[in-house]
Amino acid sequence: MSSVAHLGWFARHEFRLAWREWLAMMTGGRRRRNRAVIGLLIFAAILHLPAYAVVNRYAELRFPLDPSSLIVLTATIFLAWALMLSQAIESVTRVFYARADLDLIMSSPAKLTNIFSIRIAAIALTVSSMALLLSTPFIDVLVYLGGPRWLSGFGVVAAIGLSAAATAIAITALLFRLIGPGRTRLVAQIVSAVIGAGFVIALQVVAVLSYGTLSRFAFLTSETAAHIAPAPDSLIWWPARASLGDLEIMMLLLAASLVLLGVVMAVFAPRFADTVARVAANPAAVTRGRARAFRTGSRQQALRRKEFLLLRRDPWLLSQSLMQMLYLLPPALMLWRSFSGTSTAIVLITPVIVMAAGQLAGGLAWLTISGEDAPDLVATAPLPPSRVTRAKVEVVLLAIAAVFAPLVAALAFASLQQAAVTAIAIIIATASAAAVQLWFRAQAKRSQFRRRQTSSRIATFAEAFCSIGWAATAALALTIPIGALISGILTLLTLAIAWKISPRRA
Amino acid sequence: MTSELSALAVRGLTKRFDRPAVDALDLTIRVGEFYALLGPNGAGKTTTLRMVAGLLRPDAGSVSILGIDALADPVAAKQIMAWVSDEPMIYDKLTPLEYLEFVAGLWGIDPRTSERSAHDLLVSLGLEPHLNERCEGFSKGMRQKVALAGALVHDPRLIILDEPLTGLDALSARHVKGLLQERVRAGCTVIMTTHILEVAERMADRIGVIAAGRLIAEGTLAELRAQNGRNDTTLEDMFIALVDTEAAAA
Repeated sequence: MSSVAHLGWFARHEFRLAWREWLAMMTGGRRRRNRAVIGLLIFAAILHLPAYAVVNRYAELRFPLDPSSLIVLTATIFLAWALMLSQAIESVTRVFYARADLDLIMSSPAKLTNIFSIRIAAIALTVSSMALLLSTPFIDVLVYLGGPRWLSGFGVVAAIGLSAAATAIAITALLFRLIGPGRTRLVAQIVSAVIGAGFVIALQVVAVLSYGTLSRFAFLTSETAAHIAPAPDSLIWWPARASLGDLEIMMLLLAASLVLLGVVMAVFAPRFADTVARVAANPAAVTRGRARAFRTGSRQQALRRKEFLLLRRDPWLLSQSLMQMLYLLPPALMLWRSFSGTSTAIVLITPVIVMAAGQLAGGLAWLTISGEDAPDLVATAPLPPSRVTRAKVEVVLLAIAAVFAPLVAALAFASLQQAAVTAIAIIIATASAAAVQLWFRAQAKRSQFRRRQTSSRIATFAEAFCSIGWAATAALALTIPIGALISGILTLLTLAIAWKISPRRA
Repeated sequence: MTSELSALAVRGLTKRFDRPAVDALDLTIRVGEFYALLGPNGAGKTTTLRMVAGLLRPDAGSVSILGIDALADPVAAKQIMAWVSDEPMIYDKLTPLEYLEFVAGLWGIDPRTSERSAHDLLVSLGLEPHLNERCEGFSKGMRQKVALAGALVHDPRLIILDEPLTGLDALSARHVKGLLQERVRAGCTVIMTTHILEVAERMADRIGVIAAGRLIAEGTLAELRAQNGRNDTTLEDMFIALVDTEAAAA
């Protein structure tokens, strides 16, 4: 086989793997390709409705825009880029650590630089394809309402996808050099989480500090932002101008992204092999624990201690907790501001906190209830299964209490009633998330957490709807009590339906 | 033999999946015996042992462990029993000592006793340099040794092991075998499945051969040879002959 044919063959192999991985994620590992594709098409078709609701008023926008619109559009594109960068960092880390596959590749007589160049290209293509897939309904609506000039949006999405992938590869490779393979996995996960959420949170923090609102648009559409914004011919506005239909700029952006990706491939592909070899030689850095005496306590205490220890040492939980803390930063700031004056906006804090608690509880409940790495050991231990379950649920409740109690306590200084409502809603949201996880419990390894959503779509939706439902109920309880009653009943109904169709009941 | 005198008494044990996995199996294992359960892949060995360990509910039959009805009172039965599966299940983020502390806690063992015993067990299995390292970087053999130490730390009277020597190097395998024999000498009962027939031949007091969910032969090595009509044959030859005969009869 010639080297070009060989490269082509490897490229096909990479794309086939990427496709199957995506398919497995969509179908939960079950062989339902046709159903997944049909489901995706239906989902994409349905997505046109919310896309219409969001973008229909922008269809007639043309350059030059007023500064506020230009800032909002640019910020939106930057946010999309940050999210793609976050996703790409995760993909690159996965490639570094997928040792079984890499061992085979590296032991083959193929030229590694070429192979890793293709792998980098495959990451870029996967990230861009996913972004194109998600942006298509929005661009479709804009093209339908505002004309074909909006088609240039596809070029912009591809450009930011390629540049995000290139940046992700550079960041991850640099992390390897700076902190070594042992720590890169965790740090990359945290960096990815912070990048994904950081921009929105930063905007919210500025909005809270400057305007006393949680709306991220407050700052973007402010006089201050318009005043400090660069001139309309600045390079900063190029992505916005390209998406508004400036073909020349769009082509330039696309070309620049391709050049960036090419440079990254040229610089990092030859080093990829070294990096991977270092990971393979050092699969997990040796982490030493402190030697200490065995502790006394009941069997349930032993279980709870083990769960807490594992949660404390869980890299996913660490990055997620950091995310939760970041998300809670704007409401916490708002709480702090509200002490200096009365503000009705403080009510907004309750749903944010309840929602965050519900989401974190869902993850914790999965890790403790389903993510048991030694199921046989626990099942053969001399204590009834009901006590095992109780101990695990207690861990979720205690962990949530530890994270959210300080916020509720701070809220009590501002409004006792709101603090009480928030605390009750947090407990209910946590209990609901734990209940859903119990009903849809599926034995899995903790390391499979990233794919937990694919094991049961119903559980994922039930968990999300419940946490949104309880957040809404809590907010309504403070403003429109009758609305809270309706929202609460609807959320209970969601839970009841989830229970009714859960495998535990069957 | 009555169930009071047996470490394990299984009567009419049955489990069906798409086909019968265990078919009205009767099995009696004496106290202080080292029993090897052999059989081809899919014969029903693991299913049988998982039912005994309380990990799988049988469709029919009874399981008695040192006189305790394991189906009626599983907690009491589990208190005196340990299970080690072929795939070592331990927690990556715990150190071996933390893992053993957890196991001892689950079995309600006094920490003053379990701490000493955990340390000694891990040292005897050659894990002394790794006592306080998290298990995430351990090889399969090391993980298997940690799992085995976990099974022994609560001093069980019946130890059930499913392919415990898989993935162990020669020295580790010798350590494990030595540890198990020591337990048997102390009065503990060991039931082990293995595909390494030399191990069964050398270590087991009695050997049971299972095929298609039924016990097709049982006895000491000498008894099995006598049943087979040849005194110089190896266990491997006898095993293959037995399984072939059974397959032909089916």
